[in-house]
Amino acid sequence: MKTAREGTDRTPAEGHAAATAGKERVEVSEQIVEIVSDSGEGAQKAGQTFGAVSAKMGNGVWTVEIIPAEIKPPARSKAGASGIRVRFGSHYVTNMGDEANLVVAFNEQVLYGRIEQHAYKAGTVILLESKWATDSQDTIRTQYAEAVEDFRNRGFVVHELPLEEACRDVIGDSRVGKNMFVLGMLCEIYDRDLARTLDEVAFIFSKKKESVIRVNQSLVRAGYDYAAANVDLRFRIPAWPHKGSQLVMNGNQAAGMGIMASGMELVAMYPITPATSVSHFLADAFPRAGGYIHQAEDEIAAVGFAIGSSYAGKTACTITSGPGFALKTEFVGLASMAEIPLVILLVQRGGPSTGLPTKVEQGELLAGLHASPGDAPKIVLAAATIEECYSFIILARRLAEAFRTPVLVLTDANLATGVQPFSRPEVTREQFAPPIDQSPWDETVPPYDWDEKTGVSARPVPGQRGGEYVLTGLAHTRWSKVAYDPESNQHSSDMRSRKLAAFQSTLKPPKVHGDPEGDLLVVGWGSTLGSIEEAVDRARARGTKVSSVHLRFLSPLEPGLGEIFSRFRRVVTVELNYSDPPEAPFIGQENRRRAHLARILRERTLVNVDCWSVVQGQPLPPAKVEDVIRDQIARVEEGDATCSA
Amino acid sequence: MFGLMKDGLLEVLERYFTLENYEGGQVRWCPGCGDSAILSAVQRICRDHQLPPEKVVAVSGIGCSSRFPHYMGTYGFHGLHGRALPVACGIKSRRPDLKIWVATGDGDCCSIGAGHWMHAIRYNMDMTVMLFDNNVYALTKKQTSPTSPRGFKSNTSPQGSWLPPVNAVQAVLGFTNVSFVAQTVDWNPIHLHATLEAAYRHRGTSFIRILQRCPTYTADIFAEVQSDPDRILLLTHEDGVAADATLKRLYKNQMAHDPADLAGARALADHPERVPIGLFYRNPDALVYEDHTSEGLGMTVDERIEAVNRAMDKFAI
Repeated sequence: MKTAREGTDRTPAEGHAAATAGKERVEVSEQIVEIVSDSGEGAQKAGQTFGAVSAKMGNGVWTVEIIPAEIKPPARSKAGASGIRVRFGSHYVTNMGDEANLVVAFNEQVLYGRIEQHAYKAGTVILLESKWATDSQDTIRTQYAEAVEDFRNRGFVVHELPLEEACRDVIGDSRVGKNMFVLGMLCEIYDRDLARTLDEVAFIFSKKKESVIRVNQSLVRAGYDYAAANVDLRFRIPAWPHKGSQLVMNGNQAAGMGIMASGMELVAMYPITPATSVSHFLADAFPRAGGYIHQAEDEIAAVGFAIGSSYAGKTACTITSGPGFALKTEFVGLASMAEIPLVILLVQRGGPSTGLPTKVEQGELLAGLHASPGDAPKIVLAAATIEECYSFIILARRLAEAFRTPVLVLTDANLATGVQPFSRPEVTREQFAPPIDQSPWDETVPPYDWDEKTGVSARPVPGQRGGEYVLTGLAHTRWSKVAYDPESNQHSSDMRSRKLAAFQSTLKPPKVHGDPEGDLLVVGWGSTLGSIEEAVDRARARGTKVSSVHLRFLSPLEPGLGEIFSRFRRVVTVELNYSDPPEAPFIGQENRRRAHLARILRERTLVNVDCWSVVQGQPLPPAKVEDVIRDQIARVEEGDATCSA
Repeated sequence: MFGLMKDGLLEVLERYFTLENYEGGQVRWCPGCGDSAILSAVQRICRDHQLPPEKVVAVSGIGCSSRFPHYMGTYGFHGLHGRALPVACGIKSRRPDLKIWVATGDGDCCSIGAGHWMHAIRYNMDMTVMLFDNNVYALTKKQTSPTSPRGFKSNTSPQGSWLPPVNAVQAVLGFTNVSFVAQTVDWNPIHLHATLEAAYRHRGTSFIRILQRCPTYTADIFAEVQSDPDRILLLTHEDGVAADATLKRLYKNQMAHDPADLAGARALADHPERVPIGLFYRNPDALVYEDHTSEGLGMTVDERIEAVNRAMDKFAI
């Protein structure tokens, strides 16, 4: 076998040309593959299986689902594009990447949905179902022919393949089995281990009848053979070295696993996209681990139910997305006011209002920090990786109890559906909540025995003799007595706020990715970590003096930021929430509405932090961040180094 | 209090609770407020059953009646307007050992918290829910409530309330899995106590609508019913609220309504002339949600860790 060129710049089109001569495998360091179909054709199942097999073969993997807003959108429509992207390589993969190398499409129209989202480039290979060319309807035949011509004009490499016809030998209704056929094709093209793939198929259908498993395995085999005989694309993506067992799951599953491994016993939720799938996972797994998931009558009841459990000594979790969080805010304020431990998992989506329910946005940071009447301090964490979706929930439970406060964990739709393997964590007794204390409470100790320095206090739990108190959302004294006097409210507010400062004093400054000083510092938070760091690495490889910092603690904010910022000529946040474009009409320094993190950083550091942000509902590709870096560096070179301003 | 041990010897219990043990902060309801009678009845029942104060939680929303927990000497949760029931259910979900009393007003329960009302009845968790129905928003100084009668004049309906009032008893009798519905009045301590006692003894959500006078804003609203005992229909069935000779002497109009009869209960709830008091409906066999929500409470940490590891195995490579 020939040694192939390394590098991500090698497109399958080039590989195609090389492979045609003797069909030798071309070694590449990574590939981005999509399967796109109408809703309900199983593209996601095929892609997830492909991702799992790749992970099991030792590749770095990131998969992201392409989800239409409707359950059954009209067939062959661009808005109905449903599918999956799998980026896999010989290295740790942290994000979905830029344009795809290869896409398998079940019809030509759904590809337009992806083309709108800049998912492909000249050279992207399209393996296209060709049955539409001979469809009984004139319009469909015409649409198909026009699209194929258009794709070729755009520089895509189109292979028309009679996929459905090819499966028909295996299964009568080939529309439902095509996804497994495609999986088999991809396995052959990318040198995936067929036996392992068949095992994986058996696993994902393990709840089905034996005959169902056999048919699906036959389809995989058929696809594999078909590709070997008919598709001149053959690649090899070697494994990357990593140690130990790994877990392959999406962020919502990881968060659900974190809930179980935190020792929490109760989750109360109301269905809302994209948070709901956490409860799908928990509905099966949680009761086996002694927990209960309560589907409440509404979002308010869900948080109220969780708060009731927390008050009674069993710190609980509620799971939601933006509109649901908006409804919960009164209760979150109560939890802050009355110092009730509570974990809130907020899987962000596009807003405001119903917004973009299935799409990515980081629009809940300011709401998460501030949405409550009065001052309601709480701890806010933001997970940046799938692994952190797991570990931050465990951390959140501990913090909620240690600081007697609500803790908000922010993730987003990108993490919720993204799949990335991570090292299997050890589950220890220490991370479980200790059994609730039912020993007598010293009656001379008030229920809010605030430590003047830290604001921290221990709480009596119902069942503790001598600790009887009435929790109230009204202003109260340390004895939890309703108090309207000026001093009591001032003092209790001080105590609640002081907990954040006390907690912040235990945090370390964030690590700078890249050199500790330079021309530009990119600051991010949440699911954009992988894309930002990849872009920074690419820019640094070209000699750009750029570094990045990624924040996990948003309230309290990580310390030392002012000092870090001072070592760069310019600081910009990259976020997926709204900001006014600086060049928009009427917009100037004083009235520009900036991205969420930028607002916070400007307030806290008094540094003139710039921001770049979009609300297009899409995960952030690294190439877009590279563009931002280029623009920002150009401004530094023009002398617009605003950090000293 | 004394308990009789198996060998026939008297044992002096380590702890004996008097009414004072269930008294909390100084009561700040208006003089003559019907809430005080309800508070006394609940404290008496706690004393009669010798409930350890630390095992009792009084839960409320917001409103005059929702100050209730502050006047109990037990644990209490005085939360948000309309949201007593979700909190109470959450407390019970993993702490079935706790005894819960919920105090809620007509605005709290039948208006802002109405969405929870229907579902809490369906959950049927073991707790006593007392609807303090004074037909008015009193804490906020006289606004029309969902149970205000037609024509009731308030700061939000100066021309008189236009809509017909919510019939809370009738509504509850229509909710799925309802298991205990009673009605009583704050001005008859014997019947009030007997009703709350029956509610306490019932396992499941016991819902009691209490006609409660507000001396400040609705002092006269029940005056006719109070002054004319013939307006009351006393429900006397042996499976219902105990009706002693005094009650039977006072309330001449009586009916031996069988609390197992749901259709009869619904008809009674819409009685054209009289106010029925006593037990409308009781179903001791209704599903009790904490039997489900508390599953797994006995698992050890090691068992739970093992279960988490098994869940992880499915995702492991």
